[in-house]
Amino acid sequence: MLFKESVRIALDALTANKLRTILTMLGIIIGVGAVIAMVSVGLGVKQNITNSISSLGSNMLIVMPGSSNTGGLRSAAGSRTTLKYEDAVSIKSKVKNIDYVSPTVLRSFQVVNGNQNWNTTVYGVTPEYMPIRSLAVSAGSFVTQDDLTKRRRVAVIGTTVASNLYGSKNPVGLNIRVNNQPYKVIGVLESKGQSSMGQDQDDVVIIPLTTAMERLIGITYVQSVNIQVSSQDKMNRIQGDIESLLRQRHRINGGKEDDFYVRNMTSLMETVNETTGMLTLFLGSVAAISLLVGGIGIMNIMMVSVTERTREIGIRKALGATYKAIMTQFLIESIVIGVIGGLIGIGFGCAASELISRFGGFNTVITLSPILLSFSFSVGIGLFFGIYPARKAALLDPIEALRYE
Amino acid sequence: MINDPEKTIELKGIKKLYQIGDQEVAALDGITTDIYKGQFVALMGPSGSGKSTLMNILGCLDRPTVGSYKLNGEEVASLSDDDLAVTRNQKIGFVFQNFNLLSRISALDNVALPLVYSGIDRKERWERAMHYLEAVGLADRAYHQPNELSGGQRQRVAIARALVNKPKIIMADEPTGNLDTKSTKEIMEIFEELHDQGKTIILVTHEPEIAACASRQLLVRDGKITKDAGRGVQMDVV
Repeated sequence: MLFKESVRIALDALTANKLRTILTMLGIIIGVGAVIAMVSVGLGVKQNITNSISSLGSNMLIVMPGSSNTGGLRSAAGSRTTLKYEDAVSIKSKVKNIDYVSPTVLRSFQVVNGNQNWNTTVYGVTPEYMPIRSLAVSAGSFVTQDDLTKRRRVAVIGTTVASNLYGSKNPVGLNIRVNNQPYKVIGVLESKGQSSMGQDQDDVVIIPLTTAMERLIGITYVQSVNIQVSSQDKMNRIQGDIESLLRQRHRINGGKEDDFYVRNMTSLMETVNETTGMLTLFLGSVAAISLLVGGIGIMNIMMVSVTERTREIGIRKALGATYKAIMTQFLIESIVIGVIGGLIGIGFGCAASELISRFGGFNTVITLSPILLSFSFSVGIGLFFGIYPARKAALLDPIEALRYE
Repeated sequence: MINDPEKTIELKGIKKLYQIGDQEVAALDGITTDIYKGQFVALMGPSGSGKSTLMNILGCLDRPTVGSYKLNGEEVASLSDDDLAVTRNQKIGFVFQNFNLLSRISALDNVALPLVYSGIDRKERWERAMHYLEAVGLADRAYHQPNELSGGQRQRVAIARALVNKPKIIMADEPTGNLDTKSTKEIMEIFEELHDQGKTIILVTHEPEIAACASRQLLVRDGKITKDAGRGVQMDVV
């Protein structure tokens, strides 16, 4: 009963001094709004970077041949010729928790149709290349296992190649010449656009791996093996399994250096998470300082309000208001400032982060936790900075207070 | 019964001492008296005599430095601050010289204010407040704010507020000090009526004609009671 009454008295007092109440709230509004907007910017940066990393392939391990080392001269990584197609087959059959294994070779060639020619990258792949790179064909079909075993001269082409060589015609079933050898176009890839590195992902010709190795390029090794692991948390263990399997297959004993290396996206991801986490924390804490300053503003105004209303407090005490009653009245007043300021601040923060993402040109991510945290912080600030003035009011001597002019 | 009237207030050796610099000043210097149920007492004295200090102690707004004050047989010194607040709320009705109404709320809400602190719900508060506003003849002014009322009307609102919690004792500190003759007459009529209803009334004043309305006059000078007139007259009320 008394509590309900205290809320009414507090609201009456706040509405009696509207401008002052709004100015006091402004500190909290800006504080809460800034925390939400800043944290959403930080999380947006994080999401951007994470997205561009995972677009390279999620849960991906990449096995590359090591650098060759002849006479103390170390040449570029990937120049060794020891990584074989059979290694990939063995990884697929012996290591658990692997979804797809895709050995690849690639080289640039000129492709020709009639009097049109085009320079592009030719990939030799297995059928698992399609799911691992999330590819889809818009017409025809992809390379099959049968194409692979029979080393067929078939090709799946990207939309850039298709439009340059065939114009608006449907190329499926037509011929394409790669390095002056005729291939049959069996499919066209769905457009993937540019990669995050600015590369045209549609400027490709895909042929069976065996065809590429033996009939086109003439090599006996593969240039990389992409491996998709079933879940993120198994990455490190599977990496270890693959390394020991390959050492065994390549007969590398004891302290000898590997002739391959395995790239793991997880450690890169962890670094990114750490860095962007720091950024978010930094932005958030700068904003939190403004929230604290807003709290001091509340305290300041409450002190003035108590002094101004000394007489009112005296009257209330003379008529029977207890310590608790006066304390509650003033505490609720400052908490109400915190609650209403916090709610408006949430609105402002969300709006600001929306505006930043719309006009600032990069993503912002609003999550529940900074909203809840900054709101409860603002209510807590209202409570904390209200305690001293409210106590001061409640401890006033009624006679002194009644005499106050 | 005539020989054993009920004592509402018992004061024994009340002293109130203030420390001013390194000098101790006694605002009250040994007050001993009893006030009986239903008495109408005027507390008189020049300014600085200590009558307001005595009033504050009687009204449980202040505590004596030394001495015993029993209100309805209960020792006030043993009560906590919050107990004193409850006592002021339940047992005593105050009327001040400068009205002490809250300026931002209506006359009705002002009258209902003590009931807020008695934990009575809103509907009943307004009903009871309205009843007492009618009793002082201000029902038509219930929704006006104090600054829209005349001095006499404000004091009548204050009296209604003092009565709303049905206290046995009414304390008035120069209630007519800021009023014109006509309003003074009206206010004193109300006090006499309350006296007739059996309320114990303690009224501070320095005007002899106001004091004459009371049945007993206590003269305070330099912190002591120097004259106690009409003490026995009121016995027949009991």
